[in-house]
Amino acid sequence: MTLGSDTRTPPLGSPAAGQRQTITQTIRVRLREPARMRNLELGLLVPAAAIAIGAVLLVQLGALGTTDSGMLTLVSLPPIFALVIHIALRIVARDADPFLVPIAVVLNGLGIAEIYRIDIAQKTLGWDGAGVRQIVWTLIAMAIAFAVLLVVRSHRVLQRYSYIAMAAGIVLLLLPMLPGIGQVTSGARLSIGFGPFSFQPGELAKIALAIFFAGYLVSNREPLSLMGRRVLGLRLPRARNLGPILVVWAAAMVVLVFQRDLGTSLLYFGLFLVMIYVATGKASWIVLGLVLFVGGALLASRVLGYVEGRFHAWLDAFDPSIYNATGGSYQLLQGMFGMANGGLIGSGLGQGRPQTVPLASSDYIVPSLGEELGLVGLFAILGLYLLFVSRGFRVGYSGADDFGKLLAVGLSFVVALQVFIVVGGVTRVIPLTGLTTPFLAAGGSSLTANWIIVALLLRISDTVRPPARGVAR
Amino acid sequence: MSRQLRRVSIVVVLMFIALFTSTTIIQAVQSDSLRTDGRNVRTLYASYSAQRGPILVDGQPIAQSVPSDDQYKYVRQYTNPDGMYAPITGYFTLNQGDTGIEEAMNRELTGTADENFLDRVTAIVTGQNPKGDAVELTIDPKIQQAAWDALGGQSGAVVVLDPKTGAVLAMVSKPSYDPNLLASHDTNQVIANYKQLLADPGDPLVNRAIAGDLYNPGSVFKVLMTSALIDSGRFTPDSQEPNPSALVLPGTSTAIHNSEGGDCGGGETVSLADAFRLSCNIPFAQFGRDLGNATIAKYAKAFGFGQKIDIPLPVTPSVYPITSDVDRLMLSSFGQGDDHVTPLQIAMVTAAVANGGKLMKPNLVKSVLTPDLKQRQSFSPEEFSSPISEQTASTVTQLMINNVNNGAASNARIRGVDVAGKTGTAENGEGDPYTLWFTGFAPANDPQAVIAVVVENGGGHGQSAVGNQIAAPIARNVLEAVLSE
Repeated sequence: MTLGSDTRTPPLGSPAAGQRQTITQTIRVRLREPARMRNLELGLLVPAAAIAIGAVLLVQLGALGTTDSGMLTLVSLPPIFALVIHIALRIVARDADPFLVPIAVVLNGLGIAEIYRIDIAQKTLGWDGAGVRQIVWTLIAMAIAFAVLLVVRSHRVLQRYSYIAMAAGIVLLLLPMLPGIGQVTSGARLSIGFGPFSFQPGELAKIALAIFFAGYLVSNREPLSLMGRRVLGLRLPRARNLGPILVVWAAAMVVLVFQRDLGTSLLYFGLFLVMIYVATGKASWIVLGLVLFVGGALLASRVLGYVEGRFHAWLDAFDPSIYNATGGSYQLLQGMFGMANGGLIGSGLGQGRPQTVPLASSDYIVPSLGEELGLVGLFAILGLYLLFVSRGFRVGYSGADDFGKLLAVGLSFVVALQVFIVVGGVTRVIPLTGLTTPFLAAGGSSLTANWIIVALLLRISDTVRPPARGVAR
Repeated sequence: MSRQLRRVSIVVVLMFIALFTSTTIIQAVQSDSLRTDGRNVRTLYASYSAQRGPILVDGQPIAQSVPSDDQYKYVRQYTNPDGMYAPITGYFTLNQGDTGIEEAMNRELTGTADENFLDRVTAIVTGQNPKGDAVELTIDPKIQQAAWDALGGQSGAVVVLDPKTGAVLAMVSKPSYDPNLLASHDTNQVIANYKQLLADPGDPLVNRAIAGDLYNPGSVFKVLMTSALIDSGRFTPDSQEPNPSALVLPGTSTAIHNSEGGDCGGGETVSLADAFRLSCNIPFAQFGRDLGNATIAKYAKAFGFGQKIDIPLPVTPSVYPITSDVDRLMLSSFGQGDDHVTPLQIAMVTAAVANGGKLMKPNLVKSVLTPDLKQRQSFSPEEFSSPISEQTASTVTQLMINNVNNGAASNARIRGVDVAGKTGTAENGEGDPYTLWFTGFAPANDPQAVIAVVVENGGGHGQSAVGNQIAAPIARNVLEAVLSE
């Protein structure tokens, strides 16, 4: 074990010296040293767990008028799992960001409470209920995140698998189009089914693609930064470097046209644009990308009825003919009515009528929460997302290596963009598209993907703050 | 990378600012208009979840909201499934529209009237569900029951007013219906029940007392005519008209007759007093021709004809024709032709006579009470008009007493009490059954109650029964119930 004054930036690709230690040594050292980050995390986990369990308790008091200890026991499992992750972090990533897990626990817990609340209204309780399934999925997702933390001991390993990640991402994206296992839900081809199980592989694809983009861009940023001819005052990239953006654009268009999913298409393309801009610093990529995407989307809206319908429902939501049309603005308006009835402080958990809106516990979980927790509650939720994203960006600012920085920015931006697309869709900022709200919405694939993002951000953030007290790793 | 990252951070912050803004617009800025949008079913549900106030008669609920185990929390329940109060209360449906007091006093019953503003604020602060106010009616349950029983199986209506205050003491319309059929939360069942009631040939949903098809008044209109004739100062009870047994209306080949056939009590001429007592048509046709259409119309309007009246249930305005045709004027002068009235209008005419010429505005709501039954609002008697002088009223009262004691309204007599009254037997068309009437008040010297009774379809006797046979006994039974109190 060597002492180094500059352990902040170990040379790229060479594992830090500490990693060669035996595990027992590591544990001994780490337990001896105060872990400020972890203590803060533990301090935040207590109120986070209280909010997650308290929300379910309030739902029971509000909607049932009594308490149900069975359900309360179940919802205390995710905070316990979080505690396990916390203990593991003390050993494997002591300096990881302390805010990520508590935020995820609160958002996930609020989601469970609201889904359970809608179960009560729809009288689908126990194992038939989406709430219990959401808890089970949360536990599975947290277990997978735990496994990712243990297996991926350094995020730099991921860079080696960039192209495998690309292949995995494309396969995952295209999976729902395979006959036999592909399923169509509300017009979109997003999920695959095996018997009673269904899964949206696109959620996982966004992680695979973020890893690929980060790896690819870090290796190719020099040629991509070179600019070619000037057109209309804008310096365009060289034609020979246009390949990647065209490939990703084509993939986004395939998703848009064949899977009929504007939201996912926008999500992947937005992720790519931001990552290429951060890597190269050339705004022309964004301009070029936006022109391509908007052009493609406009063309698609002319050709594809459903995209056009979404635009009408967005612009003329209050028009009675659009309100009453199939695929019209009924759902959008009902969600907004719910939020309006919630007002500033909400009806209180378990005391509104969120079940009035179709898909109240998945696509419309945010209006459901807005109705029962009010504007105050939505501000808190949006604030938590913003904090979550800012923790990821913090890695981008002060990370140890470019791959990690780019990956952290990509992963946190994808969460921000997804929140914007979903919440913006249900509040009429943009046309409505069918994406899940990270951590909140009912659905196992989304939970799994977002908990993996938590694990990866934890792992990358561990490199940001090496111990400064002379004890190297 | 930091420069790019800063810019991306700004973009992310802008995206979230957009979301903070959009949620604020929906939940704070536009929340009122979104809440009141007709398509917002939550507002509808909420209006059912607040316990709607009861409708009370003499302190007892005739309509109230009782807990239900569905999402609406409360269901409306009507205590008289026979429909005795249905024309008054109306019904309260989930979303198919309301009628009666349920509609007219909806804001008070739901607690959303302006007077309840402070209570609503308190309810929000204390977290309690706001409750609606109770509406206490002027109806006297004993008189209502007597009128309901007296009308028996007839189609028709009975209205009883307190002439001194305008309070509606009883209002019965038959056939009636069970409002509980329309208050269920099973909308499909409610629609099916409604269609069935609508298709019923007896028209049970119609409140014949104030809002049915208007009736020809027949001879009860002579109360108004006599009042106008005497009050004009140009006629007295002794004024005479020729007394033929048939009169061909000028400009037509139609001959009119007195109801008994023949002349009116014998003699070359007949007095207004005798014409009234014997209820003769030919003299009244001549008196009306002499008084003139414009004068009669002025009096009719003062008695309430052609005016929009809410008690607070909307009353269909009654019609007295404006005409330049003498034959139409003469027909309308004895309650035929183009006279069309509600029973309430007839009761109002009689009430003005009973109350010394002063007509009080008819009113069905006594007071609005808070959920803990403190008085929030009370309705004091209001003068509607003074169509005739006290002197005229007194004279017409004498004529009406005479009509009961010595004339055509003999079946309204009550032992030991002077009853003032007038019968009517209105013709409706060739071969159609008569509409049978009685209006009057008792005691004649200190009127406690004014009544108007209408019986459709000739009381089941086609053209062979008259008002004195069918309508007068009904009125007598009701007036006896009033006097026994």
